[in-house]
Amino acid sequence: MAVRRLHPDQPEQFAFTVENTAWAKGVIAKYPEGKQASAIIPLLWRAQEQSGGWLPEPAIRSVCDMLGMAYIRGLEIATFYTMFQLSPVGSKAHVQVCGTTPCMLNGARALVDVCKRRIAEEQHQLSPDGTLSWEEVECIGNCANAPVVQIYKDTYEDLTPATLEAIIDGYEAGKPLKPGSQIGRRASCPAGGPTTLTDASLYDGSVMGAWRQRFAESAPAGVVEVVQPSALASPAHKAAVAEGTSPSSPGGTAPNPAALAALANAGLVKELNARGGGAPLSSDALEKMKSEYAKRPSGGGASTPELLKEPRGKGDDLGLIWGVGDVLARRLNDMGIWHFEQIAKWTPADVAWFEAQMDGFKGRIARDKWIEQCQKLAAGWRPDSAVGERPKG
Amino acid sequence: MLSDSDRIFRNLYGFHDVSLKGALKRGAWDGTKFFIDKGHDYIIDEVKKSGLRGRGGAGFPTGLKWSFMPKADARPSYLVINADESEPGSCKDREIMRHDPHLLIEGALLAAFAMRAHTSYIYVRGEYIREREALQRAINEAYDAGLIGRKNVHGWDFDLYVHHGAGAYICGEETAMLESLEGKKGQPRLKPPFPANVGLYGAPTTINNVESIAVVGDILRRGSAWFAELGLPNNTGTKLFQISGHVERPCVVEEEMGIPLRELIDEHCGGVTGGWDNLLAVIPGGSSVRCITAEQAMSATMDFDALAKLGSGLGTAAVIVMDKSTDIIAAIRRISYFYKHESCGQCTPCREGTGWMWRVLERMERGQAEKREIDLLFDVTKQIEGHTICALGDAAAWPVQGLIKHFRPVIEARIDQYQAQHRKEAAE
Ligand SMILES: Cc1cc2nc3c(=O)[nH]c(=O)nc-3n(C[C@H](O)[C@H](O)[C@H](O)COP(=O)(O)O)c2cc1C
Ligand code: SF4
Ligand code: FES
Repeated sequence: MAVRRLHPDQPEQFAFTVENTAWAKGVIAKYPEGKQASAIIPLLWRAQEQSGGWLPEPAIRSVCDMLGMAYIRGLEIATFYTMFQLSPVGSKAHVQVCGTTPCMLNGARALVDVCKRRIAEEQHQLSPDGTLSWEEVECIGNCANAPVVQIYKDTYEDLTPATLEAIIDGYEAGKPLKPGSQIGRRASCPAGGPTTLTDASLYDGSVMGAWRQRFAESAPAGVVEVVQPSALASPAHKAAVAEGTSPSSPGGTAPNPAALAALANAGLVKELNARGGGAPLSSDALEKMKSEYAKRPSGGGASTPELLKEPRGKGDDLGLIWGVGDVLARRLNDMGIWHFEQIAKWTPADVAWFEAQMDGFKGRIARDKWIEQCQKLAAGWRPDSAVGERPKG
Repeated sequence: MLSDSDRIFRNLYGFHDVSLKGALKRGAWDGTKFFIDKGHDYIIDEVKKSGLRGRGGAGFPTGLKWSFMPKADARPSYLVINADESEPGSCKDREIMRHDPHLLIEGALLAAFAMRAHTSYIYVRGEYIREREALQRAINEAYDAGLIGRKNVHGWDFDLYVHHGAGAYICGEETAMLESLEGKKGQPRLKPPFPANVGLYGAPTTINNVESIAVVGDILRRGSAWFAELGLPNNTGTKLFQISGHVERPCVVEEEMGIPLRELIDEHCGGVTGGWDNLLAVIPGGSSVRCITAEQAMSATMDFDALAKLGSGLGTAAVIVMDKSTDIIAAIRRISYFYKHESCGQCTPCREGTGWMWRVLERMERGQAEKREIDLLFDVTKQIEGHTICALGDAAAWPVQGLIKHFRPVIEARIDQYQAQHRKEAAE
């Protein structure tokens, strides 16, 4: 435990600025009704920032009043949490040197010596001109970049006494150096370059959706819950399954239920059933059949929206539909949907068809108001953000 | 060595776009809805099957912990994410928050959904100001894109708030964290009741480490079997290791659980300063665990079970390497000072014991002690261990026990040296 006491000289009063009062309201709203005491640390922290880096006693009382807390509770917090500075700090910088073992092993003692020489012999003491102060703190969680100091919001890492001197010079001159590693490495990456994460395919977007393979091809039947009842519900199909003539009968080398589930159309299932007993379908063949089937003008009598082999001219940026990201946009293209106006004229049956093609999509089109959005987009309206604009209501 | 394609934290160092757009391209938020549609139990089950053990230090199975949450309760449920990261040596959650925050936010939604919670708080240590800002930016993006919030695209209302501390290691202890979140001093609660029954604001609560939560999305996407195949039995998956101290190139790196310590240091850190012959000791899991000797370090593997067998622990996988230039008594004395500074003060053995151990070690560092005091010191550590409200008491005792167990001759030699010196001076 650290024994910490209030400073003997305290200002008369404290009041949050208008901006800070408004900000505090927002913070208090993060917590449930009646639990506004939860906001005390953030509020005291803001009070410390407003008071020039230390927390005077009137500020503690003022925050307690705002939160309906007894003053003693605020005083407990202010003295318990060591980032609350109970006495004035340097006006240009308060240097917090980490002294815990990992930093100590890499030279933190020498940094403390720099502070003693440059700033003041004792911690929490102001430099003669009042612009600087320092203290030794416990591990600040940058150990792979030891030794380190923290100044206000920033950390300076991989230090030597010379670089710390330069940093102090910078603050004295009112021109702080760039925070982070002072030996030029990026974050906690090994100096000289990364030993990992060099595979370019992690970053070209090809990881997106790659995992779906697992569900499409090799998922054991029990795990798959995405089976749309409508896909397997055709009486003909049920009968076929019962007789063991369906390609998806148990024991068959047939396409698995997950793949079948994507076949939302009883007509296609019937076609597949007709092939029952024949050579098992490979997943590829199934995918091909599915897409061809889907592109037929009136796939087996069910409703299908207009699908295009290729865009008319240049395809629209479907990512502008709020709720559609890169992956989904690509899937839409694969299905033959390239333009806002295609979606804009979907009928309820078209929506049902589309949702059945997708895993776990039920209700999303209506919820995200795709059709409404596309009607606007097709008419030339554009959202401010590249991810689209959330429809109101 | 783990192959790049099996790494979860693909922007660990921040070389790539940290925004939502960049995160999407690296595979975050991909299929989140698909898994939510599979239901609460599916997610818990997958996490159970993956073998994921908590990354905050204690290694408790994550899926099992989630299953303790009540399924039907009139009170709201909470997920509290532990981003206090204050264990000396640890600096991994920082990289997740500032460089891969969307993995954490997505994991938070999935975990909260699995436990039927609509609200989650991330408690970030006060010192991580830039990290907190980065995380808040990402959360704002997620709200704006309708990924979280009320009526989001995933169909599960979810609010995620960043809360912060102000410098108190003890707030990393889960019940101290709850006290702190409620606006009090961070003093741990007696258990039982456990947080799953009486947690934040008296409601069912689960507390998990940042890394435990951030890996959930990828576990679901790639499958529990993928995660379970990495690492060793009962010690599965990948892990962020943080190597500090006397190595050529200290770093944070994601590797397979159970990687030999030697390989970890040679492959990613360019070896021990001055070579392996120059190694003195290693603290393999953050300041709370007992150190291991150079000889043990040569053959140790980095997993919960193997390190526990050596009388140490994986902890947060913060590896503190000490070469032969280290004054091991001073190194442990500084750790003792840390625990003295951070004790919350409510149990006598911890409040008084931590200060006492530190003062004795201060003298021992100079050799100004009696040899019988070494046994006395050991005895005091045993009186602290297991006799306190929270595990900080144990955490303060273990490093000292490790010192005495492995380096008693060093302490004795220091005492002999001091006494010889003073006898000489007295004679003159
Ligand atoms: C003194 C003390 C400090 C702790 N500090 C942290 C911490 O900084 N971060 C953390 O995640 N867990 C910390 N823990 C462990 C937590 O109490 C808790 O076990 C953990 O957050 C659970 O998450 P997990 O199951 O995902 O590991 C600490 C425990 C103790 C006793
Ligand atoms: S063991 Fe120490 S830190 Fe934990 S509750 Fe007791 S006094 Fe507080
Ligand atoms: S010991 Fe200095 S940052 Fe961790």
